[in-house]
Amino acid sequence: MEIERYDTGEHDPREEFGVVHRAAKRVDGVEKVTGKARFAADLYFDGMLHARVLRAKFPHARILRIDASEAQNAPGVVAVITHEDVPGAKTFGPVRRDMPVLAFDKTRYLGDGVAMIVATTLEAAEQALELVRVDYEELPAVFSPEEAIAEGAPVLHEDAPGNIVNHHKVRKGDMEAGFAASDVVIEREYRTQFIEHAYIEPEAAVAVPNPGEGSVTVYGSIQNPFTARRVVAEVLGVSLNKVRIVQCTMGGSFGGKDDVMSCMCARAALAALKTGRPVKMVNTREESIVEGYKRHPYMLKYRVGATKDGKLQAMEIRILADGGAYASMTPFVTWRSVVQATGPYEIPNVNTDVHGVYTNNTYTGAMRGFGSPQIIFAHESLMDELAAELGMDPLDLRLKNGFRPGSVTATGQTLDDHAVSLVEVMQKAADAIGYREKRKAYNEAARRAGSKKVRGVGIAASYRGVSLGGEGVDATGAIVSVQQDGSVYVYAGLAENGQGLRTIFSQIAAEELGCHLEDVVFMDTDTSLIPDGGPTVASRSTTMGGNAVRDAARKVREMLLSVAGEMLGTSCEALRAAGGRVFVAGRPERSVSFADVARAAYSRGELMAAFGWYKGPKVWWDEESGQGRAYFTYVYGCQAAEVEVDTETGRVKVLKVAAAHDVGRAINPATVEGQIYGGVAMGMGYGLLEEVEMARGVTRTQNFDEYLIATSMDVPEVMPIVVENPDPYGPYGAKTIGEPTCELLAPAIANAVCNATGRRIRELPLDLEKVLLGRSLKAARGRRGSEQA
Amino acid sequence: MKEIGPGAMTTISFKVNGGLVEVEVSADDRLIDVLREGLRLTGTKEGCGVGECGACTVLLDGKPVNSCLVPALQVEGREVETVEGLAKDGRLHPLQEAFIEHTAVQCGFCTPGMLMSAAALLRENPDPTREDIARAISGNLCRCTGYHQIMAAIEDAARRIRAAVPETSEAEGAAGTPEARRE
Repeated sequence: MEIERYDTGEHDPREEFGVVHRAAKRVDGVEKVTGKARFAADLYFDGMLHARVLRAKFPHARILRIDASEAQNAPGVVAVITHEDVPGAKTFGPVRRDMPVLAFDKTRYLGDGVAMIVATTLEAAEQALELVRVDYEELPAVFSPEEAIAEGAPVLHEDAPGNIVNHHKVRKGDMEAGFAASDVVIEREYRTQFIEHAYIEPEAAVAVPNPGEGSVTVYGSIQNPFTARRVVAEVLGVSLNKVRIVQCTMGGSFGGKDDVMSCMCARAALAALKTGRPVKMVNTREESIVEGYKRHPYMLKYRVGATKDGKLQAMEIRILADGGAYASMTPFVTWRSVVQATGPYEIPNVNTDVHGVYTNNTYTGAMRGFGSPQIIFAHESLMDELAAELGMDPLDLRLKNGFRPGSVTATGQTLDDHAVSLVEVMQKAADAIGYREKRKAYNEAARRAGSKKVRGVGIAASYRGVSLGGEGVDATGAIVSVQQDGSVYVYAGLAENGQGLRTIFSQIAAEELGCHLEDVVFMDTDTSLIPDGGPTVASRSTTMGGNAVRDAARKVREMLLSVAGEMLGTSCEALRAAGGRVFVAGRPERSVSFADVARAAYSRGELMAAFGWYKGPKVWWDEESGQGRAYFTYVYGCQAAEVEVDTETGRVKVLKVAAAHDVGRAINPATVEGQIYGGVAMGMGYGLLEEVEMARGVTRTQNFDEYLIATSMDVPEVMPIVVENPDPYGPYGAKTIGEPTCELLAPAIANAVCNATGRRIRELPLDLEKVLLGRSLKAARGRRGSEQA
Repeated sequence: MKEIGPGAMTTISFKVNGGLVEVEVSADDRLIDVLREGLRLTGTKEGCGVGECGACTVLLDGKPVNSCLVPALQVEGREVETVEGLAKDGRLHPLQEAFIEHTAVQCGFCTPGMLMSAAALLRENPDPTREDIARAISGNLCRCTGYHQIMAAIEDAARRIRAAVPETSEAEGAAGTPEARRE
């Protein structure tokens, strides 16, 4: 096995930094608090038209005829666009090209677009939608993975018999021997729900045709500009350099503004080229929820065996993921699931199968966590259930089996080149919440009869592969360009989604150059200015993009130091750059300002910009055996929750959460904490509040009056515990924080509720009925309620 | 409130951020349409259109309202304040300062509405408890921050404004001094 080690550089060993590792203010703060930040819907162009999409009438139907003639002649309508207007590829998709930009043969879910009206006003477009006549032949449909894989089930895509999107597996050891060596074997089934990203900004894009060139510029709330560019170019049938994507300020994404935005960009671009005018598209919240992909519901069956002293021997896992109508990211989401499905525990014998399945539900794809929240809910519930069976404390069971330095994962990867800090994060989270004292006390309290409100504590732990791993190419770039007055531009292939990437990258550039953070301007991500650096996903920005920025800045610094060396009459090895000055090490009085060095370099005709590139360390994966070095490094996290359950109403109140996360190095501790607070709130929503109710393909919860996310009144007290064990690969040792924060709380809550009430709930969310009655009263997922009959 | 028939247009005048404006509106227009489309005050955001998310919060005669639920005709002769009016004479409002310093902003889409709800709270109640703050912004959804840094920022801004009260004219100036900042 080959391991490429990243040059850790001269900066890594030191604990003192100038700009990084500090709570710098966000570089985009002022524009955002003054209302000046430009989101996509805030853009206006002369002669701009508005477009609305007609959506499918049936979740599964053949399209016989589309008659747009009446709509075409309606007042204000400039164009009606259907699949017949698509000059290039009619379908797109990151793995399987199965999703139509505008439906042509069939509709497969109610969010499919069938036609588009382009009009002078939004109202005119809206009114003309009703005039488009579509003849359908309704087809039988499937609304759950179980139905979809049943014999004789209707098939959604001809090239996917049995409605299987993909199958991933892990095979390790000897299952028979493992279960034979076990004193205790338990089998449990868990379920998770559809949830919505619920970014507060609905999707928006404006496409502007560039006259005479056959090219188009699209501005939008686009998570992954390069992905959008590829889709737009393919749909238009033009080369990539005819499409320019400019990312606007993003009103949140959480994985959600990828495929759905590629589609919106392609539609807007089609309309702009057909009409020759700028075209704006903005989804209403209802459209956003109906059209946009969701987090996958999983059905998970776990069978685990352990010796009576609690040593895990074997784990068998069977998972069905509801992929909905289109494959989207399902193959990658379920791949992360298969890699991490056992949780962070040493288990010699593992057998895992994960199937992604097509249904006529809203399609599912990337959402913060990306296949981890579901499996963590299952394996962390399971650990508590096994502990109960063994008569052990759940924390002790975890400590007994948890990864340590040198542990081997389910995929056969030895964890030997980074700090395996699972035990540290578990102990820190447990101590902060007072786990041991409270667990015992609450157990006793719960047994006391007559108390209406009972309390409990619970924990959940995880390990998480950083960046893309075996999913594919993992490389990204950045440009650092110093101007003659010492001010700096940074361009990057990865994009700000609200998480603070601009600030982190600016801090890294300033740290390396030795200039002030205020002198750095991070430019909007524009596909015409920087090479394709892959998507802003998988919590890869700080690690991958940070290294690229650092690489670029170091190249520029080298040139600047040689100029400064001449100015100060010394060798550049003796020089340091920090705080806006270049000085002789140990003799700070011998110095020149950063701006003066820049001016001198400019006047000497030096190249003052550099391109940086970082390619992730090697990973490998064997699809057949499900063995391999899945990711080049991992993060470890543990969240502990203290809850109060009202036994008369079933209401669960989360009182307190301790969240311990090893981030490697916090480039900006304030934004790291922000990620933790935000992830905890989202994780609590997943555990208690959130569920997109889908009844036979119909989304019931279409706006925030029914789809509930945590408000300021709901969030618990949070104790963020930032653990720093610098990683050999990340810049300054930094790893990741975005996703691990939101994957742990749901099972910690479920475990705490069980501690409080003695009731084990194996299905998310833990709403009032499940906590009070032990079952759901909702018609969700097409398998309950009157509609099912 | 003016009354007009369906499809007809009429002119209304009202104050926005201290200045008098006249705009032509129809009965269907909402206040948010007038602000964003008519006046291009795009700091006010639309997140849900049904008064649930609070991203469109503005002050109408000093009270926070969801501008997506207010018919434009209702604002005739009244006074509207938006996020664009918070900073005065090139100086950020103490709330804006505090939001930046407490990392209370992530994607920033809920921020304008959040700031307006907070501004209304601090005018009514200069010394709010955490509970008061949580309640005041409970109609403003945020998906990024988990609210804690926002609540800390509002608490801090309240402190700054109170500290500056003896010299009212220097309210914003005092808030901007390093001593008043939380490090």
